[in-house]
Amino acid sequence: MKITKATLFIVLIAFLASCGGGSSKKASGTLSGEIKIDGSSTVYPLSEAVSEEYRNEESGVRVTVGESGTGGGFKKFSRGEIDINDASRPITSEEIELCKQGGVEFIELPVAYDGLAVVVSKENDFVDFLTIAELKKLWEPEAQGKIKNWNQVRASFPDQPINLYGAGTASGTYDYFTEAVVGKAKSSRGDYNASEDDNVLVKGVSSDKNALGYFGLAYYENNSDKLKLVPISANGKPGILPSQETVSNGTYTPLSRPEFIYVNAKSADRPEVKSFITFYLENAASLAQEIGSVPLKPEVYKLVQARFDKKVTGSAFGVGRSTIGVNLTEALSSGTK
Amino acid sequence: MNNSQVNRIKDTAFKFFAIACTFFGLLVLAVLLYDILSKGLTRIDLDFITNLPSRRAASAGIYTALLGMIWILVLTVIIAFPIGIAAGIYLEEYGKRNRFANFIEINIANLAGVPSIIYGILGLELFGRILGLGNSILTGSLTLSLLVLPLIIVSTREAIKAVPKSIREAAYGLGATKWQTIYSIVLPSSFGGILTGLILAISRAVGETAPLIVIGALVYVPFAPTNPMDEFTVLTIQIFNWVTRPQAGFVTNAAAAIIILLLFTFMMNGIAVILRNRYNKKTRF
Repeated sequence: MKITKATLFIVLIAFLASCGGGSSKKASGTLSGEIKIDGSSTVYPLSEAVSEEYRNEESGVRVTVGESGTGGGFKKFSRGEIDINDASRPITSEEIELCKQGGVEFIELPVAYDGLAVVVSKENDFVDFLTIAELKKLWEPEAQGKIKNWNQVRASFPDQPINLYGAGTASGTYDYFTEAVVGKAKSSRGDYNASEDDNVLVKGVSSDKNALGYFGLAYYENNSDKLKLVPISANGKPGILPSQETVSNGTYTPLSRPEFIYVNAKSADRPEVKSFITFYLENAASLAQEIGSVPLKPEVYKLVQARFDKKVTGSAFGVGRSTIGVNLTEALSSGTK
Repeated sequence: MNNSQVNRIKDTAFKFFAIACTFFGLLVLAVLLYDILSKGLTRIDLDFITNLPSRRAASAGIYTALLGMIWILVLTVIIAFPIGIAAGIYLEEYGKRNRFANFIEINIANLAGVPSIIYGILGLELFGRILGLGNSILTGSLTLSLLVLPLIIVSTREAIKAVPKSIREAAYGLGATKWQTIYSIVLPSSFGGILTGLILAISRAVGETAPLIVIGALVYVPFAPTNPMDEFTVLTIQIFNWVTRPQAGFVTNAAAAIIILLLFTFMMNGIAVILRNRYNKKTRF
C-alpha cells in the first residue's frame, strides 16, 4: 500500500515536470526577457491581441497580461511590480503621487478609442435621436423615482414606461458615462438595471421594448441585429451615430474616450520593452479594429511613437483633467515640449 | 374524517413535498447542464485543450489555464493536507479539553465562514509582498491552502471521532504508545473520512476565483508554468474573461471550458467515492 502511494506521488511529480516541456518550439527573434502587463479590462483585449501577435515576432519574450482594473493596475504599477499598465482613463493625481512615492516614472501612450453606444430595443420606432441634455435629465441623480416615462424625456415621445440598463458602479464605463452625461463622475440615478457584464445589458435591452441602455460600442457591433443604435446630439448639432469613423475622427462626442497604456520609464530602457511598444503602436490600428475597439488616426500613432522615443514622462492630461471630447493631436503636441 | 385519516394525508403531503424539493435541486442542475452542454459540447476538441489563449475565439484554447489549475491544486494539496491532518490529530487526540481548546475550535469554525476574497487580501500582503513571492503559483497555493485548511481540519476531527474508543483501548492494552495507536489504528480506519474532506477541499479550491484575482493571477499567459515561482492563470479566470467578451464565439468557449471544469470536478468526486468505499470495506469493527 505504501508503495502505491509513493508511486502515485512520483508519477504526479513526473507529470507536472513534463508539463513544462511545451515550449520547445523553434524560437524566432533574438530578444528575451519578461514583460508584465496588467490593468483595465477594457484595454485587455487589445493588449492580449498585440501580445499574441508579438509572440510570432519574438517568441523568446514572455509577455503576460492581467486584468485587475485601471485602478488596481496603477497600484501595482506604482510599486514597480509591472512594466505596463492598461488604462481606460488618464492617471489621477493620487496615482501620480503613489508613483512618485514608489520612485516610478511613467510614459503615457494613447493606443485606441472606445465609444459608448446608447441603444434601445429593435421594436422602438419613435426614438430618432437623443441630446446630451435629454440623457442628463434621464440619468442624473435627481431623476430617481421621477422620470419614469418616455414622454417625460421629450414631450413628443409616447406615454410609456422607460426601463433603464447601464453599467455597474465598479465599471470604468459607469465613471465615464456619468462624467460625460451628468457632468460629474459616479453621479447617477440608482434605480436602473445595473451590470458590470455588458452582455447582460445587451440581453436586457434586446428583450425589453421600453428599454434604453448604454455600453461599449463593441457590444453593439456584435449584436447589431438585436438592438437599435441611438444617434447622439451634443451642443445643438445634429445627432451622430457612433461608428469606427465617427469615434476615430472625434465627431461622436462626448461618448468616446481614449484608451492608454502607461509604461514604466525604467522598463522602457530594456530592449524587449522598446521593441514591444513599437510593435504595439505599429499594429494597434489593425488589431483594434479586429477586436471591436476604434483605432487612432495614423498621424496620432506617429506622435505617440515620437513621445515614446523621446521618453516624455508625465501625463499630457494635466492632473485629473478629463478626456471628454479631448483632441489627442493637440494634447500630444503640447505634451511633447 | 377521523384523526388517523388526517395524519395519513399529512404523511403523504409531506412525502410529496420532500420529493418536490429533491427534484427542484435536480431540475436546476439539469437546466444548467443542458444549457452548458448545448452551447459548448461541440467546441471541445484536442485543439481546444492544447491551444494557447487567443483573441480569435475559434483558435483560443485552455492549455495554460488548465495546467495552471492543476499546478495550483497539486501544490495546495501538498501544503494543506499534512498541516490540516496534523492539526486535526492534535485537536482530537492530544489537545486538552479546556477553554483554550474551545477558543481554537470556535475560531476554526469562524475561519471556514470567512469570505474567500479576504484570504486573497491576506495572501497578497503576506505571501506576495512580505515574503516576496509575487503573483506566483506558490502564492496562489499558499493562499488557497489557508482557505481550505478549516475544511480539512474539521473533517479530519469528525473522522477521528468516529473511530470507536474500544479499538484504541485494545491498542493501548497491547502496549502500544499513543503515536503507535494513532499511526497504525486511528489514521487507517479514519482515512476514508479524511479523504472525503480532502476532496471537498479540492473541489472548493477548483472553483475559487476571487482570492486568485486578488493575489494577481493573470489572464493571458502564453506559456505553461514550469516551476512554483512562475506566473499563472486558472480555468475559472479564463471563463470569467470569456463570458464578458463581446464576440459570441467566446461565450461558446466559456461553455466548453465550464464542461472541462465540471468533468474535472466529477472526476475528483468519483475518485473520492471509490477510495472511500475501498477504505471503508477494509476497516470493519
